[in-house]
This record gives sequence, C-alpha cells and structure tokens, in this order.
Amino acid sequence: MIKKISLITAVLLATLTLISTAGKVPLGRADQKTHLQTASKFAELNKIIDSETAEKKVTLAPKCSDEIFCRRIYLDLAGTLPTPEQATSFFENSSPDKRAKLINQILESKEFAWYWSLKWGDHLRIKSEFPIKLWPNAVAAYSTWVTHAIEKNMPYDKFARALLTTSGSNFRKPAVNFYRAIQLRTPHGIAGAVSLTFLGCDLKNLTHAQQKNLTQFFTRVKYKSTSEWKEEIVFNDPAPVKKMVLTLPDGSQVTPGTFEDRREVFANWLTKKQNRFFARSAVNRIWFWIFGKGLIHPADNCSLANPPVYPKILRYLETEFIRSGYDRKHLIRLIVNSKIYNQSAVPVEPVRKAKYFFASYPVRRLDAEIIIDAINQITGSHEKYMSIVPEPFTFIPTDRRTIQLADGSITSEFLNMFGRPNRDTGKLSERNNKPSISQQLFMLNSTTLANKIKKSKKLSAIIRGRKYKVDEKIDQLYLLILSREPTSQEKNYLRAYLKKARKGRGKFDAAVDIVWALMNTKEFLYRH
Amino acid sequence: MTTENIKNITRRDALKIGAITAGATAIAPRILQAASDKKSQKNNPPAKAIIEIWLGGGPSQQETFDPKPKAGKEYTGPLDKPIETNVKGMKICQLLPRLAKQADKYSLIRSMTHGINGHETAAYMMQTGRAPGGRLVYPSIGSLVSLFKGYDAGYDDLIPPFISLTRAKGRFAEAGFLGPQYKSFATGGNPSRHPFYVDGIISPGVSDARQQARRKMLENLNRLGKLSEMKDQLAQVDEQQAKAYELILGKERKLFDLRTEDRALRMKYGMNPFGQSCLMARRLVQRGVKYISVNLAGWDTHKRHFEFIRQRTNVFDMGIATLLEDLAKNNLLDSTVVWCSGEFGRTPKVMWNSPWNGGRGHYGKCFSALVAGGGFKAGKVLGRSDESASNVVERPVYPQELLGSILECVGIDPEAAMPAAKEKNQKIMPAKIGEFSGQGRLSEIMNFVRKA
Repeated sequence: MIKKISLITAVLLATLTLISTAGKVPLGRADQKTHLQTASKFAELNKIIDSETAEKKVTLAPKCSDEIFCRRIYLDLAGTLPTPEQATSFFENSSPDKRAKLINQILESKEFAWYWSLKWGDHLRIKSEFPIKLWPNAVAAYSTWVTHAIEKNMPYDKFARALLTTSGSNFRKPAVNFYRAIQLRTPHGIAGAVSLTFLGCDLKNLTHAQQKNLTQFFTRVKYKSTSEWKEEIVFNDPAPVKKMVLTLPDGSQVTPGTFEDRREVFANWLTKKQNRFFARSAVNRIWFWIFGKGLIHPADNCSLANPPVYPKILRYLETEFIRSGYDRKHLIRLIVNSKIYNQSAVPVEPVRKAKYFFASYPVRRLDAEIIIDAINQITGSHEKYMSIVPEPFTFIPTDRRTIQLADGSITSEFLNMFGRPNRDTGKLSERNNKPSISQQLFMLNSTTLANKIKKSKKLSAIIRGRKYKVDEKIDQLYLLILSREPTSQEKNYLRAYLKKARKGRGKFDAAVDIVWALMNTKEFLYRH
Repeated sequence: MTTENIKNITRRDALKIGAITAGATAIAPRILQAASDKKSQKNNPPAKAIIEIWLGGGPSQQETFDPKPKAGKEYTGPLDKPIETNVKGMKICQLLPRLAKQADKYSLIRSMTHGINGHETAAYMMQTGRAPGGRLVYPSIGSLVSLFKGYDAGYDDLIPPFISLTRAKGRFAEAGFLGPQYKSFATGGNPSRHPFYVDGIISPGVSDARQQARRKMLENLNRLGKLSEMKDQLAQVDEQQAKAYELILGKERKLFDLRTEDRALRMKYGMNPFGQSCLMARRLVQRGVKYISVNLAGWDTHKRHFEFIRQRTNVFDMGIATLLEDLAKNNLLDSTVVWCSGEFGRTPKVMWNSPWNGGRGHYGKCFSALVAGGGFKAGKVLGRSDESASNVVERPVYPQELLGSILECVGIDPEAAMPAAKEKNQKIMPAKIGEFSGQGRLSEIMNFVRKA
C-alpha cells in the first residue's frame, strides 16, 4: 500500500515537474501572417460594435491609456502582473499596432496557458477530493491534458469531442475525466455537466422534456473500477439496445443504431457547423472570462429565452469562431483588440447603464490566485502548497505559481478568504470576487503580508540600494507594484513622507509603508 | 481517507509510542441502564454560547476527573490522594484543588469511550461525533454552531461567531465539507502579553501613529478609488475597509485589551496564555460570540508523565476553575455551556521502564470529560469506570452523544437532517458511531431535553 502510494506521488511529481520546466520558455513571438489576416477582422468587429451601440444609443468610454492597457492585458490574458521590464518595453515601443502585438505575444506565453487552464479547471471541476474525488493521478492527467490543449490551441470542436467521446482509464485517457469529474454520476447528472459545459446552460433552465431528452444520450455511460487504487474506466455499455428515436436540444431527432455510441451521436450534432448553440455558449463563456459578465447574462443560462445584450456582436463572434475552425485564441484576440475591450474604466454613461451595456471596461477585484501571485512576484516570496492525499503528503515545488495549481483540493487560507471556487459545481458563478472584512484585515494588517514585505530581499534591494536616488526608488516601486510611473503629485507626497522619516530604520519602515499602501490601493487589487 | 488508512494510522501511532494497548477497535462492553424518565419538556434552549476547553494530546483520566487511589502504585504513581470537592462524595485528582472548590458548578462524565488511540482520528471523533473512515470529512461541533448560529442565522458582528484561542486544532477538527467560511477564526498571539496580537487586528511592529499615517497615505494614493465614477462601484469596499479599521484602530479592538480587567482577577486566571485565554473566552461570551475553543496542548505525556502533569494541571486548574467561578458571578453560566475533554485518555498502567520513565500512552477506551452550565446539571457524575480506569463499567458515553447533548443546549436539534446538499440522509449527529451507540442524550445530567 505504502509502495503504491509513493509511486503515485512520483507520477504526480513527474507530471508537475514537466509543466514547471516548460514554464521557463520565454514569451513566443507573434505569427506575422495570422496578424495580417486578423487585422481586417478587428475593423469588421469594430464596425459592428459602432453600429450596434449607436442603435442602442450607448456611448462607449474613450480609449484607455497604454499604461492602463498594459497592466490590464497581462492580468486578463496571463493572470500575471507585467514585470517592470515588460511594462517598460511596451511603453517605449512606438509602433502603432503595439497593442495587437503584445496581445499576440501574451497569447503564446506559458502564463496564458496556465491561467486559462485554471479557468477551465474551475469549469471542469478538476479536484482530488470531495465531492469530485478525482484523486491526484487523474487530476494530474486531466489538467495536463487541458493545459496542453490550450497551449496548442486545440480547436474547440475537437476539444469538446475528445471530452465527450473518449473511453478508457481515467489515469491513462485524460479526457474521460469529463465523465468522472461529476458529483452525480447518473445519466441525469452527466446531462447536467454536458449542458453546462457545451450548451452554457444550467440544466434546470431547460424544460423538463429537454432535460429528459438530453439524459437519453448518456444512459449508456458506465464506470468500472480496476485493481489500481482509485482508477476507474469510463466506457460505453456495449450491450445492444432497442432502437429508439432521440430528441436533440434543438428539437431535431435521430435514431442511433443498436450498437452505436450515443455520445458520438450527440457529439456529431454538437459540433456540426450549423449548430449555433455550441459556438454561442463558447463565445459567451470566453466573453465572461474576459469581462466578468457574459453578453448573455447570467452566463450559465445561455438558453434561447435569455437574450444577449448585443445580439449582432455575439452573432458576429459566433460566425467568426466557426469560420476560424473553432480557434479559441482567434476569438480571444478579436475580443481584446476590440473597441469595447480597449475602453477606459471610467464611463461616459451613467454607471448602471455602462455596466449593462459594456460601455466602459468593467472594474472587478482580481482573482484570489492572481493577487497572491502578484504579492509574491513583488516581494520575491512564494506559497507553500501541499496535497494531503495521498499520504505521504505531496509538496508543490515553491517555484510554482498559484495560477498553476492544478488541483482544486489544494488550497490555502488566503485562497479561501479571497473566494477561490470550490470546483464543486463548475458554474461560472462559483468564483466569489466579492470584498469582505477578513480580506481587508489580511491586506491592511496581517502579519503574513507584513512579513512578506518586511523580509523581502527584492524590495530591500530597491529600498536600501545605494545607487538609486529617492526619486528613482519611488519610480521603481511604482513600476513593480502598479506597472506605471508615479504622477508628480504622488511623487512629491512620497518624497516628503520619506524625508520626514528618521534615518536608518525609520527610512526603511517608511518605504515599507509605501509598498504596503500601494498594495492596498484599489488600483492594485482591481482590474481597471 | 478509508477505514483501512485510519486503521493504519492508528496502528502506526500505537507502534510509535509502543503502547501496550488492546486493539484499536476494542470498545468497552455496553451496559444497559434504564434511561431517566423525568425529562423536562421546556422548549427554549438554555444556552447562548459554548466554551470548549480542549486538552490536546489526551489528558490522563486519573490525573484529572477519575482518580483511582486503590489501584496501586503501578497505576497511580505518586498521586494516590484524591481530594474532596465541594460536592459530597465527588473526588477529583489532588492536582486540581481550585477546581475542587467549584464542583457545584459542573458534572463529570467518567465513561467516555471510542476506542481509538491515534491523535488525529480520535480528535476527529471527539470533534465531529463521526467515525473516521468515510470519504467525507465532517464538520466539527464549532463549525456546526457557526453554521446554525453564525452569519447565516442573522449573527452580524464583526467579531466572528467561532473563535479559537489562540490556534486552531487543525484539519480533522475544522469545517469539513461545510467549507472554509465555517472555520474558526484563530487569534494567534499571546493574550498574557500586552498587546495581545490578534491576527489582522492588532499587529506587532505597527504603532497606532504609524497605522494612522499609513491610512492617510493610502487615502492619498488611491487614484482609482478617488475617481468619482468609481465611487459607486467601489462603495462596498470602502465600507468594509472602514469596518476593518474600526477593529484595527477603533474602539472594537478594546475587546482584546485585557488590561481593562481587574488585575487580581487576571492573576487568579493565571498570567499565562491559557489562563488569559479563559478570561478572553468570558469576554467573548459577553460580546455574543457563539463558540469559543480554548486550546491547551501538552497532555501527550509518554515520558516522565508525573513531572509534566503537575505543570499542566496547575495552569489548567487556575484557568478553568476561575472561568467557571467568573461565569457564575457574571450570571453567564446558565446560558453558557463549558465542556472540557481531550481526544482520549491515557493508559491506566504507568510505563515505568526506560525510555518512558514513568509515562502513559494513548487510551481511547475509557476517559473522562467535564460539562458545565447552559442546561447541564452540576455536581453529578455520569457513568463509571472500573477500579483502574481501564474499562467503562456503567453508562458508556460515545462522542456523538456528548456533542449532540451540547448542541441541544444551544437549540440545535442533533437529530435534524444535516444541511448542505453535499450529504444526504444524515443527521447532524448520528445515533451510532461506527457500530457503537450508547443510550443517546445525556439526559441524566441535563436540565433540558427537548425530545422525549
């Protein structure tokens, strides 16, 4: 037993190491050709945005500054703060399409793959323990597969088909875990997961008849355990079944053969080019992941009864998504190059209207994982994560970022406090980015954060660095924490603050106060 | 975790300590006894709060509430002179003279049993009332109270409803599947020092002046927050930040300033972390906190038991005796349950040989607990162990029965369905723990039993 467990740990560690060494590869260069092709698409989309916002009498906010854009795009696409070097090189770049270039560069980065697998991990409920109980082996297999799919930009129809139709061991055929990572492993429970993931619709928002019809496609999915600890095989029951007419979510009907795998039948319908449900829910979810709210809201209810805010924009993105061969990066690229994404966070319209119509970039608190990673990036410290199953405990290497955490069961006080989802339901609403008093107490006054700042060699090198003048020190701290230069007003204020402090320890404490204050600003904690 | 795993742990622990105990699953014989017929049928739960004194590591039953002077030196060591309490016929260990004077305020259970000798699994049983081995991790009693009496039930204080002084017990005694929002808030710090550093509220190295200067700077640098268009969107954050500052800088933090208490009273509690935590617990009860867990570790006395036990019991005696007295004096005892136990007891026979040199091993087969206030009778003894405190001979009490009785005192029906969709057909406290059940609620020592 002990032997088996350590073997499992070894496998897990090996898989983790694989991901981590890959992480050291520098940011990829954008493909020039793709870039030229898509440039005309950006203009097309903006035209539609112009006409549809005009139609709705909505005035978009003005274009945001480069400084704002840089931080925003790194956080939204890579879940990562830009380093001072990355920010500076972007600011110094004078090319007119530098935003598009930066976007392409980030889309090819490791961080992009990590961060978007985190989103998918939430959605697909990737976790070892209750209530999903994948166990670390399946978590490693499944999350590695998802990360690779994102990294290699696997077309979304292929991705969906793999998840829906694979059979085999959940340790060896990663995609079968789609059927494993479901709380209620009954045909109805499976239908719920399928509906949520591929139709963007909570099952309870479908009619009773629709639910029943969908369930019929998954009555033959079976599970069996093996002699290996916690391994399970997912398969299609090979026994012949009486032919019957099944109804698909769009109302069309099929009659699968006696030996036909009904999952295949469903996947064929789902990924048909004419099937708008599929593209629509995918587009809406990606929009949700970028803006924190879907064009169809709530994003877990993409039923036809729930109309989008901008039907034409959604329609265009759907069409483009299908035309590009379900290219997810292409879709993301289109959205973040658009006028809507490039708006300032300060609306021209009244706040409520702006929120409803995406008439400004929506201000939202950063995800738990991003905040702790940012704090660690600034202070040069790290988190100690561990998996308590199996025994003996597995410690996650400390050079691993929090956005790389593959297992929803591995957590920390901080992540819980800042509303990381439990990965129990897979709903987009599970992540809780609401502010709370305990979050405030952590940021304002916890010893954990205080020590990270106080004991940081990285910060100390700036604060105590002899070769820097006071102004340079302030500049560096701003660039490191807020990814911008201080305004002259801020600089004056801080210069005076530092001057007032007593020599030696007092100066150091004053600089620590500055770091603390910058980390507590909304500008730091929020997307804007 | 599977049953198999748990058994492994238990065995491993047993091996590690070299305890010559019976098999981990051996449970004392069950003795039937007619349940008391006279149950009061009052409907208002008497208790508003619960204080748990947790003696982590497992205190010896003989050196606390179940002395056995006639068992011989092999069993008693040098401590064979139990003392009379202020309740006739009730004797406790000679190391607890102060607690002896408060016996009219509490009852003792001398027939606690679960048979588990591993720290974590035994603690899990004593905290959740569940047998280890299922795939689910169940919530501890504190988390259950936090669920039923906390923010979901209209509790709206900044001070959390479930507090651990000063550290939490850990993974197997926490919120389980209820989720982290029902975990205890652990203060950290040391209440016997001033200031008492409470994590996030009172921080070392940051004076008030510096705190004020920082706050001012934050306001000055808050470029995004200052934009008028943002104010509406971020109003909630500002509100919460203001509340947080009430705790950090305002009058709220006075709650943790024990200097406002009478010095003589503080001394009586004991100027040590445990004594001052007991005092803090009383203050938290007055504040309206629902569940306070005071943790006193250091009872895992495998070696040189008799040296360590004197030290521990002295601190323990001062703290708990003064707490009971103080609660009674403030008219809080009737509405506050105080319960005290560890995860298990200790081997009745002393291990005199090297390397133990007079130590006691883990013993889950028979141990004791104390209950007071909030619906429990005082001056009673429930259950009985044999002449060496090795076996329960009368009225075995299983963890779920003790916990269920405590929950009932605060108006949580232990037989109601466990909420949260994660668990089906489960009661808040199960009737059985594994295969074992006793006689249910501790009605003999309760003033209040809702159900017949």
